[in-house]
Amino acid sequence: MNLHEYQAKDLLAARGVAIPRGAVCYEPLEAVITARHLKSEVVVLKAQAHSGGRGKAGGVAIVSREDDIRARAAAIIGKRLVTRQTGAQGLPVAAILVEEVLPVDQELYLGVILDRNTARVTIMASPAGGMEIETLAREHPDKIFTVSVHPFIGLKPYQARGLAYRLTDDRNIAGEIVKVITTLYEIFVGYDCTLTEINPLVITGDRVVALDAKVNIDDHALFRHPEMGRLRDRTQEDLLELSARKEGLSYIKLDGNIGCIVNGAGLAMATLDLIALHHGAPANFLDVGGGASEQAIADAMSILLEDKRVKAVFINIFGGILRCDVLARGVIKALNRYGARLPVIARIEGTNIDIGKQLFEDSGLPIQMIPSLDEAAKLAVEAAQAA
Amino acid sequence: MAILVNKESRVICQGITGKNGTFHSLACRDYGTNMVGGVTPGKQGEYVDGIPVFNTVWAAVKETGANVSLIFVPAAHAMDPILEAVDAGIEVIVCITEGIPPLDTACALHTVREEGRRLIGPNTPGVISPPERCKVGIMPGYIHKPGPVGVISRSGTLTYEVVDQLTKAGVGQSTCIGLGGDPVVGMSFVDVLKLFKDDPATEAVVLIGEIGGAAEEQAAKYIKQEFNKPVVAYIAGRLAPPGKRMGHAGAIISGGTGTAQEKIRALSEAGATVIDNLTQVGAVMQKILG
Repeated sequence: MNLHEYQAKDLLAARGVAIPRGAVCYEPLEAVITARHLKSEVVVLKAQAHSGGRGKAGGVAIVSREDDIRARAAAIIGKRLVTRQTGAQGLPVAAILVEEVLPVDQELYLGVILDRNTARVTIMASPAGGMEIETLAREHPDKIFTVSVHPFIGLKPYQARGLAYRLTDDRNIAGEIVKVITTLYEIFVGYDCTLTEINPLVITGDRVVALDAKVNIDDHALFRHPEMGRLRDRTQEDLLELSARKEGLSYIKLDGNIGCIVNGAGLAMATLDLIALHHGAPANFLDVGGGASEQAIADAMSILLEDKRVKAVFINIFGGILRCDVLARGVIKALNRYGARLPVIARIEGTNIDIGKQLFEDSGLPIQMIPSLDEAAKLAVEAAQAA
Repeated sequence: MAILVNKESRVICQGITGKNGTFHSLACRDYGTNMVGGVTPGKQGEYVDGIPVFNTVWAAVKETGANVSLIFVPAAHAMDPILEAVDAGIEVIVCITEGIPPLDTACALHTVREEGRRLIGPNTPGVISPPERCKVGIMPGYIHKPGPVGVISRSGTLTYEVVDQLTKAGVGQSTCIGLGGDPVVGMSFVDVLKLFKDDPATEAVVLIGEIGGAAEEQAAKYIKQEFNKPVVAYIAGRLAPPGKRMGHAGAIISGGTGTAQEKIRALSEAGATVIDNLTQVGAVMQKILG
């Protein structure tokens, strides 16, 4: 789960990290009033959407007092922001953050992640802030400094100090940076984050200020941070993906026309790859999980049958804990409800396969059962192309 | 011979009185696993179809000499049983639970490594050694067949698919291990390859990777430098869009790294036979073994 910039900044500010003066505005008129209150020569209007690259996509505007702030705000609020991360549909922007613009002496980078290899929380810092960390890692890997935190000892002052003095020689500034690093780490660990990041953290005179902030929280740990769950902005997530998750399904929308139902994440990914290998295009990734119920299967099937783009359905199940008869009942239930308007190609294998096959045969529904996975994938591609 | 678990393994199940714990403990025993006990706090003295239940792992180890544990405990509490197993002296810990907060896994893993134990998972189907008739996990036992091929994977059903192909092609398996689908897991590809290298029962290895992280790249490096047995590899997730978790918490392309293409390149350069079409894995391995 991702937080908006303003929510992430609120977390930082509540712990004493300096952020620019400003406010979240939901109406263009609010933006005008906020800008006046800020008494700043120039203000920045920043679209609140869960995506990087907002600036390049027109989601960030720097405006002066003479500009028509209301019109500039109206050009962002209520629109969809299309960045290189969002896809063509973009994300809705319900609010903008209106902030003072500060003179910048230097832009720094701070980020905290869990390193998958060492299984330790790792803090990254760079004197070359402002650009994305991926670009930085590619072009100036020598300018990224890291410390690795022992899970039981926690972040120690010498580690934060060590990073701070690689970013500045100024003792006071270093002291401020230490506080920011410590806070960013505490938020990461305290809320089970997958990422906390300030980019850029700017030095302005004798202060350091967080100009942007990212806090992403691990969904698996939300049960112990219910107050964070309330900050979730559902408009920033795909509706189908959200409703699927509620049913215990893992669904991700793709661009093609072959609807896929698979059990297990790895097999589901491999099934997409197999379809592509036969020059087809999957409409989705859908993992019904290891122990899906008949209802969950029916729900999964319904998601595909409601999707207008889908021209053929491909079912690939290797039954282990999930029994083929349970699968068959769920599929039949959904097809009877929605009508069998699409070709359905099923490759089922594993526990109770004979009962599953029999159920499909007796249903009288146009379900093609193909024992060979490769053949089945090929046929699904042909069926979608013929439709 | 096999790696990690064998005929001599004395296995307990933490969470044995839960629905999944009971079902799979009995399925493991049916396959041939030496299930010596189970642990559920407060239920010592009870039996699960003849398997004695203990309050603590210490008690189970003391009474049964257990050295392997299979964990089915809800995600919110799963760090504690891993630490308990380590403290009680369990050598190989298999954690099936999905959805453990990664920071919890990271803490537990630290202790596992410090004490020199092995953690398989979390979010894994477990480990099975067909020649030893020993299964510690949730995989369907009947698709396996004793033989010379080691299988390492980050996935469950995808592994079953590959094992099924191998068995139908007449190629049996020495040991099959699911590493787990989480971003932070215990054993890595490299850890397992090191064991397969020294296992006389293993003549070749199937490595099934997926997007996210760099475990496959590290495996490639190790294969190139030290591994002397044939490796057939398959990487899932070529079509995965960046930034999306593909079912597994660990299967995510972030910041442009962890793509299938990078992993395929690394493994090919290391000399592994990388298969594009999943359905060919069994046939290719059959050909390699002659």
